[in-house]
Amino acid sequence: MSLIFPTKSLDAYPKHLSPGYKSTVKRSPSKPLMIMPHTLSELTGPVYGHDAIQEGDNDLTKQHKGEPLGERIIVHGHVLDEDKRPVPNALVELWQANACGRYVHNVDQHPAPLDPNFTGAGRTVTDAKGYYKFITVKPGAYPWGNHHNAWRPNHIHFSVFGHSFLSRLVTQMYFPGDYLFPYDPIFNSVTEEKARQRMVSTFDLENTEPGWALAFRFDIVLRGREATPLDNDEH
Amino acid sequence: MSEITPSQTVGPFFAYGLTPKGRCEWDPNGSYSWKNTVESNLVTPDASGTRIRIEGVVLDGDGLPINDCMIEIWQADSQGRYAHARDNRAPNTKFKGFGRSATDKAGVFAFDTIKPGQVPGPGGKPQAPHIVVCIFSRGMLRQVYTRLYFDDEPANASDPILTLVPEDRRGTLIAHKQPGTDHQYRFDIRVQGGDETVFFEI
Repeated sequence: MSLIFPTKSLDAYPKHLSPGYKSTVKRSPSKPLMIMPHTLSELTGPVYGHDAIQEGDNDLTKQHKGEPLGERIIVHGHVLDEDKRPVPNALVELWQANACGRYVHNVDQHPAPLDPNFTGAGRTVTDAKGYYKFITVKPGAYPWGNHHNAWRPNHIHFSVFGHSFLSRLVTQMYFPGDYLFPYDPIFNSVTEEKARQRMVSTFDLENTEPGWALAFRFDIVLRGREATPLDNDEH
Repeated sequence: MSEITPSQTVGPFFAYGLTPKGRCEWDPNGSYSWKNTVESNLVTPDASGTRIRIEGVVLDGDGLPINDCMIEIWQADSQGRYAHARDNRAPNTKFKGFGRSATDKAGVFAFDTIKPGQVPGPGGKPQAPHIVVCIFSRGMLRQVYTRLYFDDEPANASDPILTLVPEDRRGTLIAHKQPGTDHQYRFDIRVQGGDETVFFEI
């Protein structure tokens, strides 16, 4: 398998400068990015296997003495490449606010309670079918200082490794039907509706565990696809 | 074919998940209970080569330090081999070549690693020793990539990527050996502005 990583696929990404999200104004490159060929340095990338994690790292409800407060949920799905093939052995890291919308990070001082039974960090590695699964609680919405009365929609942060350092993805998973979507400049920094929907999980009744936890499905598609004869002709 | 999942910012609160021990070096209270998956020290006991330290500051468009930034680096070993299946010379040491550092209150990051060797470039032409650098931060909706080269490498003059960069901006990709040290390099990153670091659309 010899994957290619066309930059065209990045069209779905937000622009570096998205002024609605104010922090981008001084933190986005002002000069055009330089185009360069992909060399072995870009086509390779860090590989993490099951030895990188420990059993239970994917269950955020069992890291402390008691169970965290909030709505227990299952978040699961597949990590795929652009040809819809599974990406096995992909390290998936996740972090999130607690059910009240408060992060344990010491910079987050918004007046919502911390939960002594919830840190909000987890990690796992995909199996041979690219499948991953976390057990956690649904994160709350929280206010932030971007503009008057700004609130972030419920979301879970994801960090994912794929076939190369170019497949590296940091994103946020949202929940279906969130009423804060129209007002959130981070969500709307992805300007195409169909692309935005790829960040929204779907409610999954089939995998909801009766009497125990709602399930949400979130498939993650990373850069990387097989070269076609056309691609080869171009080179 | 399937379309990719868009990027979103790492936000201000990643540290307790992605670099939970990363700030211990700087701040005795800067540690969280979660496990470190990726370290800022890449050195393994079995890795050959010159041990080096890389330090730098990340600055925004006003020249102010970015204190909630995460830097990841990817590099070959001292013999120019990547620990990856696509490199058929894959090393038999534990050196992985991947590291992660959070910036501290002053916007400073640091890595302890091995100086990489030369790796093949386009058309089999060797590249000068370099490290791929990836930057994530609050206020960055997507990561940006740059490259770090070393100021004491004659091979820089013929590097196939460095020579693509206009000469007056090449200096932004060069790490400088610190006077009075053998193995410490300084590499500052300017995200925006007149002396902006060169970032690559890759």
